[in-house]
Amino acid sequence: MSEYIIKNGHVFDPVQGLKGDKADISVKDGKIVDKAGSGAKVIDAKGKTVMAGALEVHAHVAGPKVNAGRWYRPEDKHFDSHKKPGITRIEGGKSIPTVFKTGYEYARMGFTFAMEAAMPPLYARHVHEEIHDTPIIDEAALPVFGNNWFVFEYLKNKEIENAAAYISWVMRQTKGYGIKVVNPGGTEAWAWGLNCLTINDPVPYFDITPAEIMNGLMAANEYLGLPHSMHVHQNSLGNPGNYEVTLDTLKLAEGVKPKNNFGREQVMHSTHLQFHSYGGDNWGNFESKAKEVMDYVNKQDNITIDTGNVTLDETTTMTADGPFEHHLHGLNHLKWINVDVELETAAGVVPYIYDPNIKVCAIQWCIGLELALYAKDPMRCFITTDHPNAGPFTRYPRVYSWLMSKKVRDERLNTFKNADKVISATNLAELDREITLYELAAMTRAGPAKALGLSKDYGGLKPGMNADIAIYDINPDKFPSSGPEIEKAFGNAAYLFKDGKICVQDGKIVDFGNKHTFWVDAKVKENKLVVRDIREKFLRYYSVNEANYPVPESYAPHQHIITVDATQA
Amino acid sequence: MNTVTMNVNKIPELYFECENVNPDTFAGKKAAEIAALKGYQGKKISTLGEYFTITGDAGATAADTKIVINGDCTKMKYIGAKMSAGEVVVNSSTDMYTGSWMTGGKLLIKGNVHSFCGLAMKGGEFTVEGNAGNYLGAAYRGDWRGMSGGVLRVKGNAGSDVATFMIGGELIVEGDVDIHIGTHMEGGKIIVKGNANRRVGGQMVKGEIYVFGNINVMMPGYKYKDEVDLEVDGTKAKFIEYIGDLGERHPKKKGEMVYGKLYMKK
Repeated sequence: MSEYIIKNGHVFDPVQGLKGDKADISVKDGKIVDKAGSGAKVIDAKGKTVMAGALEVHAHVAGPKVNAGRWYRPEDKHFDSHKKPGITRIEGGKSIPTVFKTGYEYARMGFTFAMEAAMPPLYARHVHEEIHDTPIIDEAALPVFGNNWFVFEYLKNKEIENAAAYISWVMRQTKGYGIKVVNPGGTEAWAWGLNCLTINDPVPYFDITPAEIMNGLMAANEYLGLPHSMHVHQNSLGNPGNYEVTLDTLKLAEGVKPKNNFGREQVMHSTHLQFHSYGGDNWGNFESKAKEVMDYVNKQDNITIDTGNVTLDETTTMTADGPFEHHLHGLNHLKWINVDVELETAAGVVPYIYDPNIKVCAIQWCIGLELALYAKDPMRCFITTDHPNAGPFTRYPRVYSWLMSKKVRDERLNTFKNADKVISATNLAELDREITLYELAAMTRAGPAKALGLSKDYGGLKPGMNADIAIYDINPDKFPSSGPEIEKAFGNAAYLFKDGKICVQDGKIVDFGNKHTFWVDAKVKENKLVVRDIREKFLRYYSVNEANYPVPESYAPHQHIITVDATQA
Repeated sequence: MNTVTMNVNKIPELYFECENVNPDTFAGKKAAEIAALKGYQGKKISTLGEYFTITGDAGATAADTKIVINGDCTKMKYIGAKMSAGEVVVNSSTDMYTGSWMTGGKLLIKGNVHSFCGLAMKGGEFTVEGNAGNYLGAAYRGDWRGMSGGVLRVKGNAGSDVATFMIGGELIVEGDVDIHIGTHMEGGKIIVKGNANRRVGGQMVKGEIYVFGNINVMMPGYKYKDEVDLEVDGTKAKFIEYIGDLGERHPKKKGEMVYGKLYMKK
């Protein structure tokens, strides 16, 4: 393989504490090395910013609900879906891009990994088919467990060991990465026309509460010692006044200790917190509670979060939170899809327009930014748009521009139609903080890598780590002052190395790299009870045969398996 | 006003996408610059100059620019799409998306237009001397925002699904229309001077539909209201007024329910 030496760049790497220091990075055989050979190709990064490849911690980029969004929103891909010159295929879609565009756009922005945030186990094959077709970036998918019949039954009886054995079985069958929880209990309650809007609302029939589900799944996660923690989309998403539910949920992590061999320190990742930091009790007195939520997060070391920034675009919301999507459809009357996934989960899809002229949308925009600006530890706060729910991931460069420049963000804030009302319902106008390149590297690289249990090989530029490197045309000594300049630089990496190969040059895709699918194989002691339960449920309730359930290796031919041994737990 | 004349000199093997053929893009450009503008055929990019012989320079602004196109345009899409001002005259028939998303100016097609023309039109005047295909003046596939302004006139017949999701403006078909007209309509005016087939105003919330000829099968969600004397597009006559679609949600204005109105010439 080729050898490279990236010379004279300003390197930002929280793993080594490099804060823009001029340093040379050498690459050999897909790894970062101390010194490359004399024949190494020199890349001149003078006046440029060098970071590790970015890791997406939460996005909906593959699988049946994403595809439902694609086929029922042809209008999303009508404009600007022409083929660009070069080796790329036709790229279609704005909020729900094709798999090809997904890979290209992440790569152009300097990303090398993306986590598909919700995989219905029964439809795991579809998820892996799409992941396999997404070029360049490595990917993994989190199977959803928060509304699963097996999980309810085991956790109701406090059978953590059985829940863990079942989870390990599902992760192996579906080639999943970790434990995702979406509106715990609420999506199952939705099958009865109900919801769980606090963590103490019992799930009909199963008589278990969201708090019990989350406590049990956290315990099972640490029992197995998985690389990632429980990853939760909380109850009561999107409702005014929901920040109290959010604080109740976060408090469940108090006293829970991480137990793993991956350097992960959190036991709960609370995702798209913007949707969960709302005050007021109706849309009229709707206000930001980002400060209250972040005050708690800042002092609680075993929690990580991601923001879920609203980007003020027309987008497509999609979530395994079925009742929420129905509620949203009732608010905006746009087309709605609901899908039920047998014993496991459900999902809904509704288009949504975050209109800057609407006060609530502008307040949501503020809340997302406030979360990141209040974060004291950038290693525990990651930037997302909950793609495509709060906006398309392709808007990350714009989100960065709002976070990194008070001027750019105030220009937007002060020109809202209801600017006065928006400012009085939020704290954003008072916040002077500007996220630095070093902090950005923590929020988008080192932080997510650590939270996902990948910090040994990813998220940094230390010799021995994987050679996933992004070089941006940004001179930290002359940081661009206008929004469009910042966007252009972050949206068109000067170079992207993936596994030591140049995949992007001057914002153009030049190579499709060697894409890998990550999944976690957690080994547990033989558990005959769980095996029998699985067989029984397949016979009695599932529409498919147990033998047709697993995802064969041919669906993920380039797999990167992370093995966990929980047989001694 | 400056005139740019475009003579078709090559029929595309597939279809040529003329997204750049409108006064807005041409404004301020010389004939040679216009010939260098890009256009797609399938996934391949070529130039307008490859398919048209172009003479005359454009005006300084779109409003000062007239485009005249001669020759067979039945394999040319998007002519006049998104135009905001100026004038386009095509002495031929055109393919899909002609005049779609236009916001102003005048567009005249002397032949027929294919389906999906005048989609989500917002303003201006769009006239077709021949016939139109399906989805005339409708929303784009999947979209819920149809024609909202301007005047779209077809002198011949139109196909099915005319004016789906219409929210404003005026659409006149001087001949007949096929099934599904004004489906999900929430505003604007449709005038059909010939006959309409079936499903006229299905799920209509607001707006007006006038039919001079017969409706083959009436929707069950319409109720007889009154007989009224009206002048519609220059024709004075007595019309029977129906309200509907009663199966759909309807807003209230000043305490009164607002219905879609369907008028049939007596």
